[in-house]
Amino acid sequence: MSNYNEMWRSLGLNMAAHDQLLQVLPPTYHDVYLTQPNRPQGMEYFDFVVNEIHGLRIQELQEHKKTGGKVFGAFCVFVPEEIVRAAGGICIGLCSGIDIGAAKAEKVLPRNICPLIKSFMGFKLDKVCPYFESCDVVVGETTCDGKKKAFEILNDYIPVHVMETPHMKKPRDRELWLEEVRDFAQLVQKTTGHNISTGDLAKAIKEVNGKRRALQRLAELRKQDPALISGKDSLVIEQIAMYDDIPRFTEKVNELCDELERKVQTGTGAFPRKTPRVIVTGTPMAIPNWKVPHIIETSGAVIVAEELCTGLRYFEKEVAEDAQTTDGLLENVAARYLGINCAVFTPNTGRMERLLQLAKDYQTDGVIHCALSFCDPYAVEANRVEIMLKQHNIPLLKIETGYDQEDTGQLKTRIEAFIEMISKA
Amino acid sequence: MVKLYAGIDIGSRSIGFVVLSNDRITFSKLEDTGFEPLTAAKKLLTGHYNRVVATGYGRHAARSDFADQVVTEIKAHAIGAGHIFPGARTVLDIGGQDTKVILLNNNGAVIDFQMNDRCSAGTGKFLEVMAAALGYANVAEFGESALTGGSDIKISNMCTVFAESEAVSLMHQGTPRADIALALHASVVERTAGMLQRLSFSTPLVFSGGVANNRCIVTLLAKKLGVQVLVPPQPQLVGALGAALAAQKRESDSFTS
Repeated sequence: MSNYNEMWRSLGLNMAAHDQLLQVLPPTYHDVYLTQPNRPQGMEYFDFVVNEIHGLRIQELQEHKKTGGKVFGAFCVFVPEEIVRAAGGICIGLCSGIDIGAAKAEKVLPRNICPLIKSFMGFKLDKVCPYFESCDVVVGETTCDGKKKAFEILNDYIPVHVMETPHMKKPRDRELWLEEVRDFAQLVQKTTGHNISTGDLAKAIKEVNGKRRALQRLAELRKQDPALISGKDSLVIEQIAMYDDIPRFTEKVNELCDELERKVQTGTGAFPRKTPRVIVTGTPMAIPNWKVPHIIETSGAVIVAEELCTGLRYFEKEVAEDAQTTDGLLENVAARYLGINCAVFTPNTGRMERLLQLAKDYQTDGVIHCALSFCDPYAVEANRVEIMLKQHNIPLLKIETGYDQEDTGQLKTRIEAFIEMISKA
Repeated sequence: MVKLYAGIDIGSRSIGFVVLSNDRITFSKLEDTGFEPLTAAKKLLTGHYNRVVATGYGRHAARSDFADQVVTEIKAHAIGAGHIFPGARTVLDIGGQDTKVILLNNNGAVIDFQMNDRCSAGTGKFLEVMAAALGYANVAEFGESALTGGSDIKISNMCTVFAESEAVSLMHQGTPRADIALALHASVVERTAGMLQRLSFSTPLVFSGGVANNRCIVTLLAKKLGVQVLVPPQPQLVGALGAALAAQKRESDSFTS
């Protein structure tokens, strides 16, 4: 990746810290991903994308910017990317999955805060994320108090626009959210200097729905036993979905699904038939936070679904394509996003129902609830999840962990014991 | 020819080794883990065994070296405790660096468990550090002394390092050593009882692991919970016994299938 040095320097990256990060990533990816047996060939593309995570994709963003294009960064599945796309902008997920620049982040944040928040602040303050440095605007939201307040601080370093995500789903919350979506459309038009026509928006909605449908197709294929693809591979695809070029990504996911469908015919899987099947639910897992999935899948189980923002919550519902006016389409966009079962909502019964449905549809042997340390919405909601799963005799393991590796041994013992417990003797 | 099944529990503090033949223990041994756990473990394996199952922190290292199979400490303690006390419904295991509460159904299968997070608060290590801080020769002497102490004081810190400073400052204030010892034991029991209650444990309750040798902990725990606490004769070997039983079961399974 050395030929990108000039580009990184021109972005103002902290080259020493960035080099360190790039020295960590490839060996980690090798150990976690490339050593898996029976991987589908279609994973080659996604391996390539991860390998070029700070290279080719950043170069594409720079070329986009050279022609006057704008880049919007986000951290959350509530930011409507179709609106950005309709105005000719690019929407990308930002870096936040690894301990970085912690000392700098702790100058502006409390020490005990969710590692995801600390990480994005560290990335920005230490200038290690080329995505951050390529952004014209960062789009925040109010999906937890920590993020909400951290965005005020982040705004000291890069322009931040915050969307108010409601905390309930009453009619007045729907109105508020629709207003927020309309305001966002205004901001996007102002930033890009491009008026969004009904045709632009309709086209962008179709394209983003296409991406969602490809991911839904992959999710559907994961109901097979033997499992055709590992949960880790599926997770990295879902993570890449947030920053890769949309048409190219959609095509590659569909190609992978074609391959997996052929495997259904031959009955060959990535894991032996009857491998214990697990659903992972909780706080999102940003690249390269693969710690828990890696432990699960090297301890004798396969992950068949991620009830996460880096998972189902990102792609499981589509925006209705039926409206004929821009305003009608924006209403459809707002409605789709408000359907997300984020733990910020009260009550959040939709998540419980969905999780139960998933457990049945995917013939799940157990659920692993994984919350990031200090992530109050998910850590507290784990209680509702536990009660609901107990009522249906579905085993649950609750984990709270951060981005450090110090609890790996502990987690391994707990996860292995859980898998021993749910394995049919 | 007699079939021999070996179970080895490689823990942070000690290594337990049990050999079974037809459900009967034919050999058992407990060794310090020392600084080379794998070497220490291999020294114990002197004969020929039909199957060796490893458990404990060193299980995966053992698996890549000599063991045929691994089980977690949680499963091993569940099997071992259920063998010694048939019908056991809860196993409390306090080892060198962690505490586990394991719930069993009436077939002896694990249905739920909890394990302490990261730190060693309330474990064997905690008691060792405190015994040393108070100048006792060993943990056994520390426990016996605590049984004679008065219960007027309370240790409020659970963190090993902070609790140690608290104990030391109480000594400086002239608090009798046995009283401090009792307060430290009570704090371990408080934490352990909380863990058991959070999981809504049921009886019979079996207490395994090295800390079960501490009479003060056992007495205080039984009093606090209001239930009988069953302690096996050699609580440190329960994990190794469970592993040996798993080895024996696995072998018989493969014959029938």
